[in-house]
Amino acid sequence: MNYRHPSNRCVLPKSFLAAAAAFFLPAVLQAAGVTIHFAGDSDVGEGGRWTKALAEEWSKKTGNTLEYISRPNDATATLQQYQQYWAAKSGDVDVYMIDVIWPGIAAPHSVDLKKYFKEDEIKQHFPRIIENNTVGGKLVGWPFFTDAGVLYYRTDLLEKYGYKEPPKTWEELAEMAKKIQDGERKDGKADFQGFVFEGKASESVTCNAIEWVYAYGGGTIIDPDKKVTINNPNAIKALETAKSWVGTISPQGVVSYGEEEARNIWQNGGAAFMRNWPYAYALSADPKSPISGKFDATVLPKGGANGKNAACLGGWQLMVSAYSKNPEVAADLVRYLCSTEAQKKRAIDLSQLPTRPEVYKDPEVLAKNKWFSNAVEILNNAIARPSTVTKADYNQVSTAFFQSVNKVLSGGESAQQAVADVERVAKRIVR
Amino acid sequence: MAKQVEIDLYARQKRLAWFLITPSVFVVLLIIAYPTIQVIVYSFMKYKLDGVTPPSFAGIDNYAFVFSDPDWWHAVWITVIFTIVSVILESVLGLAIAMVANSKFKGRTFLRVAILVPWAIPTVVSSQIWKWMVNDIYGVVNIILTNLHLIPQKIAWLATPATALPVIIAVDVWKATPFMALLLLAGLQLIPKDLYEAGSIDGATKIKQFWALTLPLVTPTLLVALIFRTLDALRVFDIFYVMVGGQGNMATMAVYNQQQLISFLDAGVGSSTSVIILIIIMLFVVLYTRFSRTSFE
Repeated sequence: MNYRHPSNRCVLPKSFLAAAAAFFLPAVLQAAGVTIHFAGDSDVGEGGRWTKALAEEWSKKTGNTLEYISRPNDATATLQQYQQYWAAKSGDVDVYMIDVIWPGIAAPHSVDLKKYFKEDEIKQHFPRIIENNTVGGKLVGWPFFTDAGVLYYRTDLLEKYGYKEPPKTWEELAEMAKKIQDGERKDGKADFQGFVFEGKASESVTCNAIEWVYAYGGGTIIDPDKKVTINNPNAIKALETAKSWVGTISPQGVVSYGEEEARNIWQNGGAAFMRNWPYAYALSADPKSPISGKFDATVLPKGGANGKNAACLGGWQLMVSAYSKNPEVAADLVRYLCSTEAQKKRAIDLSQLPTRPEVYKDPEVLAKNKWFSNAVEILNNAIARPSTVTKADYNQVSTAFFQSVNKVLSGGESAQQAVADVERVAKRIVR
Repeated sequence: MAKQVEIDLYARQKRLAWFLITPSVFVVLLIIAYPTIQVIVYSFMKYKLDGVTPPSFAGIDNYAFVFSDPDWWHAVWITVIFTIVSVILESVLGLAIAMVANSKFKGRTFLRVAILVPWAIPTVVSSQIWKWMVNDIYGVVNIILTNLHLIPQKIAWLATPATALPVIIAVDVWKATPFMALLLLAGLQLIPKDLYEAGSIDGATKIKQFWALTLPLVTPTLLVALIFRTLDALRVFDIFYVMVGGQGNMATMAVYNQQQLISFLDAGVGSSTSVIILIIIMLFVVLYTRFSRTSFE
């Protein structure tokens, strides 16, 4: 007997492999598709969990595997992380959820979605969003949902203090907030606040402050013709007005609040007014919320009688990475997540604004979100941040702006100095 | 003949020595020298990390930018105040705690383990915990202080540098004192007990013993601990990033660096900032080593 016969040596491994294959093959066949890595919303929050569930539904229907990558809660931190992936040309993420201000930064790293979406599909969305997402003729992001700054107010408290309607100007808001705050504090709610907003030195306060500046006729930092406009008396007036709220109708700590910190106070019944995004509506309206049925949302006030209504345009898009190994499958996931059905469900479940006008007419959507009839007006007033003209350097302009505004709010710098500082940085960039 | 063997042995030992240290030299070159040189090279280049624009030579432009940026000088100022105050407080408190832990009493082992807890918690986690504790509306610190009528109304601690910097220094002291105490405890245990016996026989009081015996003998350990803490404090990033991240008037040198490199993806300015920080830190190291040499010779 020749034990050293070559073929004999492989008997055990071969049979082992066969057994292993028989054991694992069914599982492999089930997931016959490819794996798509989707970097979506932070799944700590409601929106992220919702998105993840919808993406998993797609995975079950198509047989592709889905890997959901949660992102930091803070948009600025998220962008920093994604920029590192992009700089490294990483193929580890196929689909990114990107903010309305990122297409300029992300454009070199995305596929042109016109390859996967036809003209009649594109026409179903608000043209302004498509325009925002198109950089140099390349469609960078597919509209996921849109967003705009909204004024929330407590209907019960307005009635209690004899007001018939929400404030029309920021001056009116300050007056009403003061009266309600004083009254409520006398009634034993020592921590009651008139108005909460997002003053944190991050993209959050950029959105808030651009609304104040625009409302007072102070422009949008840099105009679309690349002219730096921020250093003007109206912008100074707007920032000084906002500064006067801190410590009077708003808590001192508002300079460190992001969206969730503001919502925490508001939703616990601790504030009369709040500036926030539409996502707070569904959460505040939840039957378990202490203010359920006691509030409404409307367009943000004007800056003085001659001012304008302003709402910062927000919203998120889905982008297919240029470094993705399966762009076509990734685009299919994007199509699924942004479909009319998905946007309708999102509007009902999360009160987030659809990017397709037809959804606003849907009776089911309107039944759940009465204020969506106002939403069209709010969206008509929406102002875009100067991300198109600054492209990849937007972050630098926004950082200069949010740091300066934050310093003004916390009393570390005058409004004159702040706008001069922002002008200096912005001029260096747009030249 | 004997001589020949000796030389052979010497040569062989020398060969062996080279053979033994080569891997470590290689590793050091790879993980320390290479990146450092790379950073120095980038610091003289215009280099945006957007994956689009190719890098180009920029001379001293990046350094000129950093030195002319008021935000940078503000960051230096914040870092220096933070370093001086926190390191002094940590040394004094650390020495006090080390002396308590060095004396004999019941539950000494428990205490030695317990004081290490703040050091053992990751900084990001403890900073976040403290951030919640000093929250203006819901924070436990404000609630306790107002209930005890120590402050008339709730304070937004992190809103302005005037209160944020002391709070952050306090958190750092809370966190790093255990480390200081542990190092100093090791130093104290090296001091022979009979010196104290001799001291008390000669009639030295406890206070005299501290100044004449404990302090001079623990100084070498103290200097090492000071170097560690000063370098850590000069490079401080995490506490500031978590507690007041983004606030321009509360950036440290490392936060400024992170902003240039990560937020603005400017590898040129980011690298030159790193080089400047490296030089500042090296100056401190040289100062300390000079000082420790003169104090022992």
